[in-house]
This record gives sequence, structure tokens and C-alpha cells, in this order.
Amino acid sequence: MFKKLFSKLTIKQKQALWGYLFLIVPMIFYLGVRFYPTLNSFYISLTDWDIVSKNKNFIGISNYIELFHDEVFWKTLGNTFEYIIYGLPLNLFLSFVIAYNINKLRYGLTIYRTLYFIPYLTSLVAVSWVWRWLYQPIPLGIFNNFLAQFGIAQQPFLESTSQALPSILAPTIWVQIGFQVIIFLAGLKGVPKYLYEAADIDGASNMQKLFRITIPLLRPTIVFLVVTGSIRYLRIFTQVYNMTYQGEGGPLNSTKPLVLYIYNSAFRRFEMGYASAMTVILFVIILVITLFQLKVLNKHD
Amino acid sequence: MIKFIKENHIIAYIILGIGGLAMIFPFVWMVSTSFKEPWDVFNLAIIPPNPTLNNYVRLLTVSNFSRWFFNSFLVGLSVTVSVIFFDSLVGYTLCKFSFKGKNVIFILILSTMMIPTEMLVIPWYNMSRELGWINNYWGIMFPGLMTGFGTFLMRQFFYSVPDDLIDAGRIDGLNEFQIWYKVAMPLVKPAVSALAIFTFLGNWNAFLWPLIVISDNNLYTLPVGLAFFSGEFQTEWEMVMTGASVATIPVLIIFLIFQKQIVEGIALTGLKG
Repeated sequence: MFKKLFSKLTIKQKQALWGYLFLIVPMIFYLGVRFYPTLNSFYISLTDWDIVSKNKNFIGISNYIELFHDEVFWKTLGNTFEYIIYGLPLNLFLSFVIAYNINKLRYGLTIYRTLYFIPYLTSLVAVSWVWRWLYQPIPLGIFNNFLAQFGIAQQPFLESTSQALPSILAPTIWVQIGFQVIIFLAGLKGVPKYLYEAADIDGASNMQKLFRITIPLLRPTIVFLVVTGSIRYLRIFTQVYNMTYQGEGGPLNSTKPLVLYIYNSAFRRFEMGYASAMTVILFVIILVITLFQLKVLNKHD
Repeated sequence: MIKFIKENHIIAYIILGIGGLAMIFPFVWMVSTSFKEPWDVFNLAIIPPNPTLNNYVRLLTVSNFSRWFFNSFLVGLSVTVSVIFFDSLVGYTLCKFSFKGKNVIFILILSTMMIPTEMLVIPWYNMSRELGWINNYWGIMFPGLMTGFGTFLMRQFFYSVPDDLIDAGRIDGLNEFQIWYKVAMPLVKPAVSALAIFTFLGNWNAFLWPLIVISDNNLYTLPVGLAFFSGEFQTEWEMVMTGASVATIPVLIIFLIFQKQIVEGIALTGLKG
């Protein structure tokens, strides 16, 4: 009977049925594992849920008000933005300089690309521990041994409130360079050669070519990297968890990013409502950045 | 002479070479230290004075590394198979079929790319507790079984498959599933392999969610196991470096084999995403 009914349908209707059939399981997944949890997060952020007690009491925006008065929250939000502000521009600059120069080479492009790309692929946990080791005091730490060669005093690195954040930034930048170099290289390949040839005829200098041709034409690439980069820096967690004492983002919260504070609130202190309120704020920040990207890119095209 | 140096970018070669060595020196030191005896750790020579495999032997006996390795492999592989299957099927459906609500569904799936994992872990954890998914493989895997990004990517690639071929498949009496599987999929192999490699690597290196959902030592994935192991063996750096090497080397091997696909895949997907 089913077959009979099916054979009566037009080709279009049959196709639609197949389409719906293929989408049933995925729709259940997206509704259950993406959309419902998102809404659930908003709801949990309005409760005082602590996992132990069965019931979630609705407390309105109390969590948000508490956040507003929470010094640690502002500290971690500030740290997160410090990671972005110090890390991202340096990261983009280094990646661009590397990609720009690799792009000039006639031979050995693959080898150079490989060298710069390897850190991006490795487990961030492994990277964090390797760098934590590099930062150790003498006689263990390579950096301090290196500095000693030049008669520079031993540095505390991860042990100091002022040096710890830059010390965590270094491997973060190091890891991201690989990704950004590849994207820049792809962007640079897309710049038509004849523009440079025309510029040569006009007697343009290398600097003029760089600032008048290369950089303006790389604009979409740069916007893309700024957006993905800021989102990545905003979500910084693994390296701080693995590079600081007991994963606490110390010393004295000086390196603790927002996501680590969320993790601690939710899974060490079980303040699920409070942690959810912070995830909502994170979500809003990411949303704003993404919309910014869409707007800037659309304006250009 | 100066002209020769300038025209061949000799300076760029040298500076990039030094920079490149600086990029890999932490790895070189990591691997070299993993072959050092404990008393040689203070000796910063790159070539171990008394090379030994003792650290690796000890790693396998004092910790669960082989198990964690297996767990990561199993999780990575299962999630990758699921992502490839569903993302390409959904991408294909949203590209080649016409039916009511298609665009709404596409936008819904696309919009999930904006939701950060950090926002979802608390509800996922709650869900896992209620459904008994804490401390099992399914618990680690379920959030990643499909991705908005992969669906978007595959949909873009299916546009390159000519409709005539699909119609030819219909005339040959294939059903829609067979057409997708036998006609369309072989034509988007580069995209499939790029998506597969990234999904596998992403899951292999994933940290936050496995850290939350697993507390049983036997079920740790490699990054979680490595984090706890390193915390415990902090004073024995040769052991920490051995663990880090074990977590890193498989990825390097994958990279050296699939180098071309990975680099092209990043350039391709990165710019489109």
C-alpha cells in the first residue's frame, strides 16, 4: 500500500519526501543538542541551580546583578581582553610577515610552510606542558639558561603576576601562527600578478606595492583572521588550565580568562546558574563579533 | 653578488629558516628529553648523552597511556565517521533537493556555528547526568556527531556536482540515497578528506568537554590523561615530555602523510567558513 501511494507522487514530491527522510535524524540532533541546550543555558542563568538540589529556583536576573559586583568576573573579563589586545595584533603581524616572505620564495615553500605549521596541529595540552617546562627556573628551564648566557638575571615567568599572562600568550601566538600563515598564503596567491607588473612599470617601490596593492586586496582575509582570531582568544582556556598552578589561572587570578572562571564556577563550585550567566555574556560577545564580520564583509562585496 | 642575494631572496631564506627552527625547537627539545635519563634532564644538550627508552617503558607501566590513546582513537574515529556521513548527507539534501522549509533549515543549521561550546557544556552535562552518559564513550562523542560547519562546507561542494549526473542516476533506477552515495560522494572526495582530517584532529585534541564528562581514569582521552598525568609527575620532566611526545607524534605522522590535503583544506575551508 505504501509503495502504491509513493508511486502516485510526482517526481518533485518524491524528492521532497526523500529530503525530509534524510533530515529527520539531523533535525533531532540539532534541536536536542544545539538549540535546546542554548535556550536551556539562558534559563539556567536565571536560576540558582547548584546541581546537588533537584529543583532550580527562578531568581530572575540576580546572577547578572551579582556578576556586575563580582571583582573576579571583571578581572577575568579584563584578562580575556588583554589576551586579545596584546596577542592578536602581534599574532597577525608575525603571520603576515612570515607569509609575505614565504610567498616570495621560489624553492622550499613546502618545507618552510611545514615548519611554521607544525605547532598548530599539536595537542594544546602537550604544548602547554612543554612551554611550562621551558619557563622553569635554572637549572631546568631553557629560557632562563639562555638568559643567563647573556648575564641576564633569572626571570620568574609563570610565577609572577606581571609576567605570567605574556608567558601564556607566547605559546598561544606560536600555535596560531601556523594557521594564520596558511590563510595569508592562500590570500596572497589570490592577488593577481599583473597588478604588480603594472606597478613595476609605473616605478612603484616595494613598500608602495605592499601598502597600495597587497594589503588592500587582502582585506577579506584580514577580516576573517581578525574575527576567527578574536573568537579563539576569547575562548582561551586549555593553556591557562595547564600552565598555571592547579589550573587556577594564578598567580592571584592574573592569568585567569573568562572561560576558566566559567569552568571553575560550574564544575568545581557547582554554581551552575552563575556560570550560565557568564556563558550568556560570552555568547553575546561572540555574536557581536560575528555580526560585525558579516557587516564588514558584505559592505565590501 | 649583492644583486644575486637580492634577486634570490637569500636574506628571506635565512631569516625564515631561523624563524622556522625557532618554531620547532620546543618539539625537538621535548622529544630529545623523552629519551634522556632522569639525571640528564639538567643537561640541555639536544642529543641525549645516554639515550634510553626507559621513559617510554615506564610511561606504559605507571600510567594508562595506552588506554587513553585507544580512547582518543576510538572517539576520534567514531565522531569522524558520523560527521562525514551526516554532514555530507545533509549538505547534499540542502544543495540538490527542493522542498518546503529548505532555507529555514539551512539557516538554522548555519546559525549553530555561532553558539560557543562553552555555552553548551552546562546543559550537556545536565543532560548526560539525567541520561546516564557521564563516564562513557557516548557521553564524549554525542555533542560532536554533526557540525554546522561541515554541513555548510559540503553543501558548497555539492554545487560542483552537475545535476545531469544525478538525473542520469535516476534514469538508471538508483534511489536518492544510492545517488548520493554512489554518484555524488565520489565527486567531492577532496572536501570529504579535508573534513575528515579536521574532524579527527579536532576531536583528538579536544579538551574542555572530555574533561567535564569523564572522571574515570580508564575513559580519559589523551589530552585529559596527559593533563592529569603531567600534574602528577610535574617534578619528573622527562616523564612529562615523554607523555607529550606520545600525544604529539601521531598527529605529526598524520600531518606528514596528508600534508597536501591539510594545507589545501585549511586554505579552502578557512576562507569559505
